[in-house]
Amino acid sequence: MAKYTLSVNDKMMSVEADADTPLLWVLRDHLNLLGTKFGCGISECGACTVHVNGNAVHSCYIPISSVGDNKIVTIEGLSANGDHPLQQAWEELDVSQCGYCQAGQLMAAAALLKNFPNPSDEQIDANITNICRCGTHVRIRKAIHMAAEKPTSK
Amino acid sequence: MESTITRKHFLKVSALSAGGMLLSFSFLDKRLAAQPLDDTVFAPNVFIKIGADGTILLMAPNPEIGQGVKTSLPMIIAEELCVDWKKVQVELAPLDGKYGDQTAGGSGAIRGRFAALRTVGATAREMLVEAAAITWKVLREECTADNGYVVHKASGKKLSYGALSSKAASLDIPSKPMLKNRKDFKLIGTRIKDVDAHKITTGQPLYGIDTRREGMLFAMVARPPAYGKTLGSVEDAEARKVNGVKNVIKLQNSVAVLATSTWAAKKGRDALVIQWNSTEKLENTSEHSAAFKEMLEKGASSHARNDGDVDAVKQNAAKILNVTYEIPALSHGQMEPLNFFADVRDGKAVLYGPTQVPADLKADVSKQLGISAKNITVGVPRQGGGFGRKLMTDNGVEAALISAAAQSPVQVQWTREDDMQNDFYRPAEMYRYSAALSADKLLSWHQSGIGIGRGTWGDSYVAGALTNYRSDNQGLKSNTPTGWWRAPGANTLAFAAEGFMDEVCVELKKDPVAFRLELFKQAKQDPVGKITYTPDKYKSVVELVAQMSNWGTTPSGAYRGFATWFSFGSYVAQVAEIKMVDGRPKILKVFCAVNCGQVINLSGAENQVQGAIVDGICHAMFPKVTFVNGAVAETNFDSYEFLRMKDAPLDIEVKFVDSDDAPTGLGEPALPPVAAALANALYAATGKRIRKMPFAESLRQAGS
Repeated sequence: MAKYTLSVNDKMMSVEADADTPLLWVLRDHLNLLGTKFGCGISECGACTVHVNGNAVHSCYIPISSVGDNKIVTIEGLSANGDHPLQQAWEELDVSQCGYCQAGQLMAAAALLKNFPNPSDEQIDANITNICRCGTHVRIRKAIHMAAEKPTSK
Repeated sequence: MESTITRKHFLKVSALSAGGMLLSFSFLDKRLAAQPLDDTVFAPNVFIKIGADGTILLMAPNPEIGQGVKTSLPMIIAEELCVDWKKVQVELAPLDGKYGDQTAGGSGAIRGRFAALRTVGATAREMLVEAAAITWKVLREECTADNGYVVHKASGKKLSYGALSSKAASLDIPSKPMLKNRKDFKLIGTRIKDVDAHKITTGQPLYGIDTRREGMLFAMVARPPAYGKTLGSVEDAEARKVNGVKNVIKLQNSVAVLATSTWAAKKGRDALVIQWNSTEKLENTSEHSAAFKEMLEKGASSHARNDGDVDAVKQNAAKILNVTYEIPALSHGQMEPLNFFADVRDGKAVLYGPTQVPADLKADVSKQLGISAKNITVGVPRQGGGFGRKLMTDNGVEAALISAAAQSPVQVQWTREDDMQNDFYRPAEMYRYSAALSADKLLSWHQSGIGIGRGTWGDSYVAGALTNYRSDNQGLKSNTPTGWWRAPGANTLAFAAEGFMDEVCVELKKDPVAFRLELFKQAKQDPVGKITYTPDKYKSVVELVAQMSNWGTTPSGAYRGFATWFSFGSYVAQVAEIKMVDGRPKILKVFCAVNCGQVINLSGAENQVQGAIVDGICHAMFPKVTFVNGAVAETNFDSYEFLRMKDAPLDIEVKFVDSDDAPTGLGEPALPPVAAALANALYAATGKRIRKMPFAESLRQAGS
């Protein structure tokens, strides 16, 4: 066990964990931030997507020892009041079915909008690679376009 | 603040309710007439609680696995209750016999509960109206319920449900409450977003995996690595040395490691040294396929259905078509890997986690652990997908066994590999078709199905529309476990049957839409033998999708395929429109017409249909399960390939046939036909007939 200080959602948090513990399980089991989901553990499905310095990253594949002082944002920190344009669009278009993968989808989409404020379908195809077995892809695509058009998203 | 106070009231009611207030599903029984619990709350049955402050809590009785019933079932109550949906709170009901059948499966929740839940809502509404009439000393016929209030038009008086709740609670339950006319529906048929939408988008804990209880340990389990292997010797010294590991429990055929975190439990589990013994045959998919072919060649000993004479008609046929369709086994791959919380101590069991069959779980835990059913509680959180996997109770029973052995509350977490290696798979199947054709007619249809454990069904269309029809059914015994997988049976049969139907159309040079309509006309006018579908309803969706897609006018550069199927009481017709990009289909649009009776939640219903289409395309195109020496070769999403955004349809247009009929199933019916619609579009685009899933593999092989 070793001690780590992490910057999560703009707060400094202290954690004692084995060096190889994936960030995903640190968030869930040590910091009780349960919004980030476990799906595959091998960086394939994207259910565990968080932001590290603004980039979408699969937290199941990052050991805590490599996080350092990089800034981590989880779904709980995506917006102060749960009103990020993507969160609003997701609700407006009623995107979710089971909902389990949607935190990861939202984090991936939020990183996409930072790089491409008005993404094309091709850019969405290339950047949103998360798995959803319920098949909400059509509504996810529409919600990303809708959020891109909201004035506050830039 | 308001909700906190309300919640306290509700808790109070719940605590008191054990004393006898809340009604069972037989709420029409006068002996169970409502009694006031206290002066603030009206709860005429287990589904409805109305607080004095006007807050309304509705219980969603069936597990929510993504099919939307946590929203749509309470909508039915709210419609008849005449309340403002914005003021309604919804909770998932725990397992309790008073709620009736609490299964999530067979696209059955709405179908099974529509009539009963309307009565539930109407009962409460009539009691509130009655309470107002008594209060105002007017005739109850002069009072109407409106959006959470009762109104007396003549005098302009108005009282909220909250204000009327205590008086209503003292009244007799009406034996035959009046139901609303469909034309007066304000909520049913509209677009209502999921009641958990905001909690989902803000990452609030909702799922079994998010369960956290006092003193809880996390557990991971080492299970046999192959079907046919059983537990031998266990060496756990290294596992116990892992930081955070608290206990190692040997079960009958597995070993659990309990720890203070999920990661520690996994590291401990992976440090076990286990000898697995081969005690049964270790099977291979290649052997299953060979056995299928051999058994199909040999033929079935009896027929599931046999109309006319398919053999005799071949004598005079202009052409005979013989083809074989092949379908692999599949994993469920629900996004939330299995898990379950159990606290089994002192002869009591508290169970909480993902299950589609909470009542079965309770019975199984009672039986296997020898705990009286009355000492077992089952709570069911929102679930990260179901798709039939959790119709099995193994995850819950296993957690109970571990907790009982460890004498500790425990959360058992499965990894994705655990989940895929210990599934109840959609069985691999093979279908052989033989059809006799004249120059312009389909004369006979002979379908022979075989699968692991079971084969096909005999009565689906084209049965009933043809004089000569035969369906054979065989099952291959195997120790690889099989189970229910979204639209069981239909999800494979529709691909084979509707793919082959397209082949028949090509041979006869018939338009696929017109040809189906001819068949349904025949089935209606002169049905042959038993008929298990309504030809006019099939016709309604085929005509609607033809109109939606402007059938017959394919946009340039695009190719189309058509298919239709009936399952779980609902009729679906689809047109898939694709173009080919680098040897793979890009799906431009899917048009889908559905006849499922009345639609409850238009947003949810459309979402189910769109989702089932994407799900069906995903599983037609990409994944398969292969058994190699009893072990599953595809253990995670790197090898068990799932559809990503780039392969999803760009658009899916859904229309529902307007209907006064009671609602039928919708979680599954849109999945079965889409694989055939896509295969038929691929034929139009490439001239190659795809008869084997996964399509991506077939396309690669055809291209090379």
